[in-house]
Amino acid sequence: MLDFLKPPVAAIQDFYSLAGLALRNVFRSPHYSDDIALQMDIIGVGSLPIIILTGFFSGVVITMQMSRALAQYGATGQVGQIVAITLVRELGPVLTALLVAGRNASGIASELGSMKVTEQIDAMRALGTDPIQKLVTPRMIATCVMLPMLTIIADFVGIFGGYVIAYFTLNLTSSQYWTNAYQALEYNDIVQGLLKPFVFAFVISLVGCFYGLRTSGGTQGVGRATTEAVVVASVWIFVITSLLTRIFVNLS
Amino acid sequence: MHAPDTQPPDASVLRLENITVRFDDLVALENLSFDMTAGDTRVVLGAAGSGKTTLLKTALGLIKPDAGRVFLFGRDVTDMSERQMFDIRSQVGVLFQEGGLFDSITVAENVAYPLVNRKLQTVSPAQVDERVEDALRFVELEQTLDKYPSELSGGMRRRVGIARAVVTQPPLVLYDSPTAGLDPITANTIMALIAKERDSQNTTTLIVTQRYQDGQLMANFRYNRSSGQLEPISRNGGARDHGSNPRPTTFMVMKEGRAVFEGTEAELEASTDRYISKFVPKRS
Repeated sequence: MLDFLKPPVAAIQDFYSLAGLALRNVFRSPHYSDDIALQMDIIGVGSLPIIILTGFFSGVVITMQMSRALAQYGATGQVGQIVAITLVRELGPVLTALLVAGRNASGIASELGSMKVTEQIDAMRALGTDPIQKLVTPRMIATCVMLPMLTIIADFVGIFGGYVIAYFTLNLTSSQYWTNAYQALEYNDIVQGLLKPFVFAFVISLVGCFYGLRTSGGTQGVGRATTEAVVVASVWIFVITSLLTRIFVNLS
Repeated sequence: MHAPDTQPPDASVLRLENITVRFDDLVALENLSFDMTAGDTRVVLGAAGSGKTTLLKTALGLIKPDAGRVFLFGRDVTDMSERQMFDIRSQVGVLFQEGGLFDSITVAENVAYPLVNRKLQTVSPAQVDERVEDALRFVELEQTLDKYPSELSGGMRRRVGIARAVVTQPPLVLYDSPTAGLDPITANTIMALIAKERDSQNTTTLIVTQRYQDGQLMANFRYNRSSGQLEPISRNGGARDHGSNPRPTTFMVMKEGRAVFEGTEAELEASTDRYISKFVPKRS
């Protein structure tokens, strides 16, 4: 009667066992440092342009929108605070994670999916290499290192974007904006701003690898796996950020 | 290159006992058994979806059977963990259907992969290059070292796949549809290479294929080491000077996961079963 529950439960179980194996391999040799470096380049350096661009414009947009609301209270000078808190706590991590999910969860899923349908994964196992060790763990490590860094860059560029608008259209002074932005941030904000991308990194890399490795049905299957990876990773990013925000809001 | 002679002549190399494999509701293999001893050649014929590839992957431990046992070199590998399997798999060469080459690395790196990744026997870097060149010369592709698999034709990819399968000089080599999707001339080249590998290294050979001609070639031709050519086997003596003839080839026909025929070439050609005789071209 409850047969319809079998596939999703089995999928969750498979996902957790993949995650467990990938984590265990971090502490087991052989380590494929070349692959880690290559993935860091693809995921980190490769995502830089789009992260800088979106980070900048999100700061610009927040400043423009907020300045109108703040003007009603004559508090336009406080705009730096709002930009800093929104970006560091929420928008920086989530926007960066969504972009990296779109760029790299899809990339990982399609690459591993193509390898799966052309029997390269089987060949790897037949030739004595653990595909999880060789493919999943390096991608997971690379994403976990690079995503927090990308988030820091996005946060900074976003606050800078806010500054450009504040300085040129709201006629605030540099020190007014930057002091306000700097003083608004607490230790708690920095922690959640860096913990979130770290958690998102696991979701993005493991979801990408998971859908890639269970691809079946030829090239059509690769397309399906790619789409599923992006959708599932994005949804989980929103679910996890809500949970983490809830925890951190209660803490402070 | 020398023939690996660590195996006693009649030792079991690959044995399947009552293997059953299911994918959800689909039975891919049903109660399948056979035994191959060192130096055997076995050709498995079957239509698409008859479980040929599953058979091969089960033999390698890539798919775990739902029932039955798999023995490689006399050791029961059915319940072995993936890590334990790695050492045993390094004794088995395998050619996947489309070659299964890693397309992110060059041909030379592909062929070197089994040598570099083996934990048991470490090969020095200088030796690796030499072995890779030997293996590529064996398949007559030594000029493609620095190319990527995507730059090669289907037949060439298959040949690089053979080079990668035999570079470690494994005593057992499995071939998954080595001639599928190739023109008859290229297919013949590939089969000649497989026969050459078998007869120059005394390799135990398992081939799954849809083409009866592949099996015919394996059963009736042998590679002459001194002339470097394939020559017909004369079963009543002759050509004695150039090493012994390979053992008679065993044929097996599969239908929907079951073995419906097992025997020699003559028995196969004499079969009147409609499914089986479809694989055998009518002699006019």
